Amino acid sequence: MDKPLVIGGHTFTSRLLMGTGKFSSPEVMKEALQESGTEMVTVALRRVNIHDPGDSILSNVGRDRYVLLPNTSGARDAEEAVRLARLARAAGGGDFIKLEVTPDPNYLLPDPIETLKAAEILVKDGFTVLPYIHADPILAKRLEEVGTATVMPLGSPIGSNRGIRMRDAIEIIIEMANVPVVVDAGLGAPSHAAEAMEMGADAVLVNTAIAVAGDPAAMARAFKKGTEAGREAFIAGLGKPRKKAEASSPLTGFLR
Amino acid sequence: MTFDNVIEGHSWDDITRQIAEKTPEEVREALSPGMMDSGGTDIDRFISLVSPAADEALEEIAQRAQLITEQRFGRIVGLYAPMYLSNSCTNSCLYCSFNASNQIDRETLSVEQAVSEARHLHDEGFRHILLVSGEDLKAVNLNYLKEVVSSLRPLFDSISIEIYPMETDQYRELAQSGVDGLIIYQETYNKDLYAQVHEAGKKTDYRWRIETPERGGAAGFRRIGLGSLLGLDDWRTEAVYLAMHARHLMRKYWRSQVTISFPRLRPAVGGYEPPCPVSDRDLVHMLTALRVFLPDAGILLSTRESKEFRDNMIPLGVTSMSAGSCTQVGGYTGNSATAGQFEIADHRTPEEVAETIKNIGYEPVWKDWDAAFIR
Repeated sequence: MDKPLVIGGHTFTSRLLMGTGKFSSPEVMKEALQESGTEMVTVALRRVNIHDPGDSILSNVGRDRYVLLPNTSGARDAEEAVRLARLARAAGGGDFIKLEVTPDPNYLLPDPIETLKAAEILVKDGFTVLPYIHADPILAKRLEEVGTATVMPLGSPIGSNRGIRMRDAIEIIIEMANVPVVVDAGLGAPSHAAEAMEMGADAVLVNTAIAVAGDPAAMARAFKKGTEAGREAFIAGLGKPRKKAEASSPLTGFLR
Repeated sequence: MTFDNVIEGHSWDDITRQIAEKTPEEVREALSPGMMDSGGTDIDRFISLVSPAADEALEEIAQRAQLITEQRFGRIVGLYAPMYLSNSCTNSCLYCSFNASNQIDRETLSVEQAVSEARHLHDEGFRHILLVSGEDLKAVNLNYLKEVVSSLRPLFDSISIEIYPMETDQYRELAQSGVDGLIIYQETYNKDLYAQVHEAGKKTDYRWRIETPERGGAAGFRRIGLGSLLGLDDWRTEAVYLAMHARHLMRKYWRSQVTISFPRLRPAVGGYEPPCPVSDRDLVHMLTALRVFLPDAGILLSTRESKEFRDNMIPLGVTSMSAGSCTQVGGYTGNSATAGQFEIADHRTPEEVAETIKNIGYEPVWKDWDAAFIR
């Protein structure tokens, strides 16, 4: 029996979180969100008119249906991220915030020092903070200590579709974490989502692979299945690959 | 080290020769998957991509460009509008209507007029504005610019400038006032030609010009735009310098996004005839090769280009477009009879451009920035 995923007091049935960037239209995005089965949707504050309920992204996300996770994408340091988060909350965006501090505009790699600084301030402000980080186990623990609701290590650079290239570090993060681990960024195929879930991640966040697929709604369904399959396999207990053959009934078992 | 120091080791003729000597085998190597996965750091491979030997591989380059753009940016096109603050200019650039020697009416918008023009653009849906002016410190000085920017901030999420080069401290003040992007074209990277086409004024200083993006980077602008005027010299050699310049800036000012524009010379007052016209095919080649080499660069296409060309370019790497543009000072509110900087070719309204973008399967994005990033 699987445990539910709980983040910031909300219980989620779906373990697939979705992003809203890069879609060809708000309508295509809306359909993909529906097909994905997701219950938490991240939106970039720089893209939305947060004060305008008629905004093309916000009005298609459906606040009654999804937990809105505003993100601070575009913030280059802690100060900017904190300002954006407060702006989002003041405009009715809620207390959830996906903390992204990415000073480099090309690979969009997160700044660990500024992320930690911002997380500390935002947690004290009462936010439910979901920080996007490099797959750094120590940073993950430091963030947990300051009270973030999750940690979100990248599988590979954002938008790269390369899948899980940080496997060893993500395994350590999962093993050590007391908060849900959401693998974010770089997942390019449903099999990548399945792999993350098989490893024991609590959830995955996908955007590019769905948004730029030939048929985003169908790809969203495929990611939903990949995420579910990976989770079921993890709960069922995966056989561990071993270097040497191991007899299913050990020959020396009688000695015990 | 500034970019001017970097190119000291390269001569224009040398690069032109290297481009001419590339072979189809070198083009195939440059297009190998290893390079394409992560862009390319090796300028020699870019030289292969823009060489005449790559002409036959244009379709393959274009397909790579589409793939990379879709992966990095998705199916979106940002929309912005230029707004001309002043056509007063103390420079004499042979190709430009604002050339100080041209007998045209000179005008500079008051702050109130600027707000009125900007409101028109705001009402059309724009949230990203590009302020343009000639170089005349009496007409457009730092205090004036700061006042204009402060007045426009409530209307726009993003304000970029395409004005004359300034000192780092001045840029810093503008950045603090709310300017987030700087566009500065080198016009031509060929030093000899640069001296010929810029006859008088501060702009005759090649080094002052070429180091401007670095002053912008040091001042903290989020976006730094580059470009060569296409038609002045061989586009292939210009493209190589442009690629080197962009890479240099990306490494040195790694917090700023580099954007590239492709201004093909258009008819203007003065009747300058571009000596090296750039065909549609050439422009596709240049733009797509740069996209392949610089996967994360913003690529802008203005209304200098026809609507047919612009629409076809959207899937090939373009990330931002101007729309409904007017290159006359005060032209949006119809209060001006001054000459525009150049003739525009796409006369559609912003709404029509947005509709077309949607029809070809992309999302027009009016807002991709928030003033909250800047205090």
